[in-house]
Parts: sequence; structure tokens; C-alpha cells
Amino acid sequence: MSLIRLTDITRHYDMGAETVHALRGVSLSIDRGEYVALMGPSGSGKSTMMNMLGCLDTPSSGRYELNGTDVSEMDDNELAEVRNREIGFIFQSFNLLPRATALRNVELPMVYAGVPADERHERAMAALTQVGLAERVGHKPNELSGGQRQRVAVARALVNKPSILLADEPTGNLDSKTGKEILALFNELSAKGNTIIVVTHEEAVARHARRMVRILDGLIASDEVLVKD
Amino acid sequence: MRLIAELFEGLWIALDAIRANKLRSALTTLGIVVGIVTVSLMAAAIDGLNQAFIKSISAIGADVVFIEKFPWFNEEPWWKVRNRNDITQAHARALAKQSQHAEAVAAVTFSRRAVRYGDAIATSVTIVGTTEQGAIVDGLNLTEGRFLAAAEVEGARPVCVLGADVAANFFPYESPLGKRVRISDSTFEVVGVLTRRGTFLAMESLDNQVFIPITRFNQVVSWRPNVTIRVKVKDMKKIPEAREEFRGIMRKLRNVAPGDADDFAINEQQAFINMFHRVGGVIAAVGLFITGLSLFVGGIGIMNIMFVSVAERTKEIGLRKALGAKPRAILLQFLLEAALICLLGGLIGLGLAWGAAAGAASVLPMRISPMVVGLALGVSLVTGVIAGFLPAWRAAKMDPVEALRVE
Ligand SMILES: Nc1ncnc2c1ncn2[C@@H]1O[C@H](COP(=O)(O)OP(=O)(O)OP(=O)(O)O)[C@@H](O)[C@H]1O
Ligand SMILES: [Mg+2]
Repeated sequence: MSLIRLTDITRHYDMGAETVHALRGVSLSIDRGEYVALMGPSGSGKSTMMNMLGCLDTPSSGRYELNGTDVSEMDDNELAEVRNREIGFIFQSFNLLPRATALRNVELPMVYAGVPADERHERAMAALTQVGLAERVGHKPNELSGGQRQRVAVARALVNKPSILLADEPTGNLDSKTGKEILALFNELSAKGNTIIVVTHEEAVARHARRMVRILDGLIASDEVLVKD
Repeated sequence: MRLIAELFEGLWIALDAIRANKLRSALTTLGIVVGIVTVSLMAAAIDGLNQAFIKSISAIGADVVFIEKFPWFNEEPWWKVRNRNDITQAHARALAKQSQHAEAVAAVTFSRRAVRYGDAIATSVTIVGTTEQGAIVDGLNLTEGRFLAAAEVEGARPVCVLGADVAANFFPYESPLGKRVRISDSTFEVVGVLTRRGTFLAMESLDNQVFIPITRFNQVVSWRPNVTIRVKVKDMKKIPEAREEFRGIMRKLRNVAPGDADDFAINEQQAFINMFHRVGGVIAAVGLFITGLSLFVGGIGIMNIMFVSVAERTKEIGLRKALGAKPRAILLQFLLEAALICLLGGLIGLGLAWGAAAGAASVLPMRISPMVVGLALGVSLVTGVIAGFLPAWRAAKMDPVEALRVE
């Protein structure tokens, strides 16, 4: 059974007179443990797709099965629950709470999962250690470099042991060297068995994945397995 | 479990938000502060008055009526009652003889005079002229000696009973019994000392008094003064009947023609209570109006600032939702922030009110009781929750995708 199964997903925005079709009928299956890149030019519908996959948004039509359950008809509370348990988000602009330490930022998803405080602390420490930030747990985001901030975000995405890591342009705000470090971290996580979906418009970033899905005008243009040398 | 975690998170965020915007929070809460100051001062004043009043009113006694020239709380025009004849000691004696309802009757009058003992002098002591039954009608108790005797009143003897303060002033180390004090160049032998009675309505000390036979009062202080006839009735339940009886007797004694209005008044504790409730009601009405108004204005301010706070943190709301915060958790977060700001205002308000109450203590008896504290904090909490609800609801219902897109 696939981890993710999209069947004929559409998403359109009604903008008064005209309707914007961001997704026009996407069908896609992703298995547990895959490392997939969603590629496409600006405005092609990558972020819309990503919001759909991350249960932040629901499709206008079509069916989305995650782990065998249909999430396309869920209400706000159920979706929040699914996001909390199944999805780990990594954003282009990190989205850390500026006034909270790295540790508190990483603890946040567990707060909404109702994890007891001491266990929260323990697991956040472990996640930060995993991304190589054991020394920086007490620092606030503005005391960290861009690469370090994104590592905190990765630790936060990992800490609830989600089914999927979803990254939207994770290297977009980083220079090429730190970008590569983050991608190396992704490779490492993938090797450990995490399912990763990266949205990007950069071929070089997409090349790190093991499967590349190209999106064009809200449709899947190609879907290929990348051969590693 | 999860709710508790969310609650603590909400509390942390709220405190953090307030810390981040100290000045803004303080200014926002000003309306609440004013509201809480008025509500707690009002409650404190009513409470304090109540306390003082209950203590004072018990000195009057619920089963005692006062037959006097004028009513306590006059509703008639002054010129109508001004020319009434005095109430005399003869009236009191006649009433005592004729009444079925009276248990004890005393004719009482008083005047302020200096009292001397040796070289010591106490100016402005209340000299009370009364009869042997005065102790019964006024509920007086003695620490030492005895009260005035019937024979002493009959014979206008120069004896006196000292109030607790007077006794303590003149005789700090010895018993006053048998000592001689002087009032208006006349000498009185002390036969008794009263137990401490406190003050009347927090103003008039009831211990700075000296009781002498009213017959002696006639000779030494003033000749045939106007008196109050104090009557203790036998059965409290029959006060209305007793009043009617006294009224009939007094009308006959004073030759009031049938059809004419009484030329005297029968006062009782109830009149005081009524008056007091009227005063308390006015304070409460004014206080509630000011409180309501400032809380309303304060609440609007809080609502406004909470809308700003929600708008400022749109992206954070989106992030929290992406991480799995349910609408409920977001609602809670902002409600807590609003409630905390208001609670802060409540605490500041209470502090100011406490200071004001302490400062005004000499003029007006006020008391910030635990009840007042609870009331003030409860009111500010409720204001915060009501004012914060709409902004918090907006935040809770926000679309996470839209929220995350905001820069
Ligand atoms: N909330 C919205 N309202 C209206 N139109 C929208 C909305 N969100 C997205 N769109 C439209 O849907 C289409 C796809 O947008 P999307 O953000 O998915 O593109 P993208 O592939 O992520 O582009 P980029 O690489 O620039 O981030 C675009 O034409 C966009 O204008
Ligand atoms: Mg995008």
C-alpha cells in the first residue's frame, strides 16, 4: 500500500470573474521511504501541491489517501491532528519563533501532541543532536546562521516522527555551500528510511532526490527515477 | 493532558507577548485599571461603611425607640418643626408610668464639658445626663463598680460613671472608684467604669463620656434641657404596637388636638438602616456606572490591541497550525493573552485602590477584603475574555495557507 495516493486532484481559486486552476487533475503515488523532488517553474502549482500533501489545504475535487485514510473530507480539527502526527514541514524562510530558543522551537509540535514536558525536552535534545546542533540548543534564531536555522527547522520537522518530511524550497534562502549541507542532511535522513518530498525549481537540488516529478501548469509532465552514480 | 500542555503553551506565549510589548500592554490596560480602581474602591467603601455601621448600630439596639423633638432624617420643611416644645423629664416619667409595652425608660441629654481630676484636664468630654434605667436601654456594661442608682437620680446626687477612655486617661494605674472628678466646678464621686464601646459611625467616640444623674445635670450643666426619651420595649415583635401606644401617650401629655400632626418624633434603628441603605445604593449606582463605562472603554481598547496582535502574528499562527495546533489551541492562546493583560490591569488597579483606601482611612472607613480582591480580579478576567474573544476567534479560524504566505 502506498503511503500517499493522489487520485485526480484539482484545486482552483475563484477570483471573482475568473478562476485560477492551480492543479488540474494530478494522480500520484508515493511509497514509504521514497525521496521525491517536485520540480517545476514558478506558478506551476508546486506549492499548491505541497499544501495539499501537507494537509494544510483540501482539494477542490479528487481523492487524497494518506496512510490508507481519506483526508480530502476531513475538518479543521482532524487535519490539524494529521499534520501534527504525519507531516514534518520545512519552509524556505525557516519559520522559527524568533523569541524562543532552538529547544523550544523544536518542542513546539510535541506541545500540540500533548507530550509531557520532560519527554518533550528529551526528544527535542535528541532531534537537535541528530542535526548537529547539540551545542546550540539555548540559542535564539537570530543568534544562529541561516544553515543552523534550517537545521533547527529540520529537527522540529523530525521530532514527532512523522510519516513524511515536506520541504518547500528548503535551500532557497541559503548560499550554495550551506544549501549543500542541508541537502546532505536530507540524504542522510533518507538513508535512515525517512520519506522526503522536496519542492524546488532548481534542477541541481532536485538531482539529490531519487525520483523527480515535473509539474507544468498544474499537471504532472514527467515522473522519472533518478539513477545515482 | 493535551489541553494542559496547550494551556501552558498559551500562558507562555501570552506572557512573552506582554513582555515584548510592555508599554503597549500597560497603556492598553489603563481603562481596565480605572475600572478596577472604581469597582474596588466602591466595594471597599460600602464594605467599610457596612462594618462601621453594623458596629455602631448595635450600640443603638434594635429594641429601643427614641422619642425626640425631631425625626432623625427630616423630611418636613425645617420651619414647620422648628417651634416644637422641648421633650421634658416629666414626659419620661409619665410615659414610664402609663406604658404597658415599655420595659425600661430613660430620659437622656448630653453636653460637652471639660472634666478635671487634680491637675489633669480632659476638654470636650460628653457629659450624659440619664436615669438609673439608662444602663438597660443603652445596653451598658461595667468593668468596675455599679451604674447610677434610683435614689441617686431621685436625690440629684453628685456621682458619676466614667467611659473607658476617660477612666484610662485619669486613672492609668489605680482604680477610679471613690475618686472625685470635677465637671463645671462641681465635684462628682466615681461609682463605676464602663467597658469599652468603640465609636459611633467611626466618628463619635462612645468611650469619651461621663454619665451623671439627669437631675444633677439640671443643676450643674444646664437647667431643664430638652431630652431624648429612650424606651426599651418588652417584646421586639410588638414594636409597631409599642410605637402606637407611645404616640398616644405623648400626644395626650403634650395636648395635641385630634387631627393635628404629632409635635414630636419616634425614631428607631430602622430609620438608620433605611438611610444607610439609601447611601449605599447611591454609592453603588454611581460606582457601577463609572466602572461599567471604564470597563467598556477598556474592553474596546483590549479588543483593538488584540486585533493588532493577531494581525502581527499571522505568520506565527500559520506556523502553529502547520505544526498541528487545533483552532481551539489558537483561540486559547489569544484569550489567555487578553485575559492576562486585563488581569495585569486588575492587579495594578487593586494596588492603586489599596493605596487610596489606606490614604483615605482617616476620613472614610474602607476595607479591601478578600471578597473585593476576588471581585476585582474576576471582573478584569471576564472583561479580558469577552474583549479578547472576537480577535481570538478570527485567529483560530484563519486559513493556514493564507497565514503562512504573509510576510
Ligand atoms: N490563494 C490563491 N489565490 C489565487 N490564486 C492562487 C492562490 N495560491 C496560488 N494561486 C495561483 O495558483 C498557481 C500556482 O501557484 P503555486 O504557489 O502553487 O505556484 P508555485 O509552483 O509554488 O510557484 P513558485 O515557484 O513561484 O513558488 C499560480 O498561478 C498562483 O497565482
Ligand atoms: Mg511556491
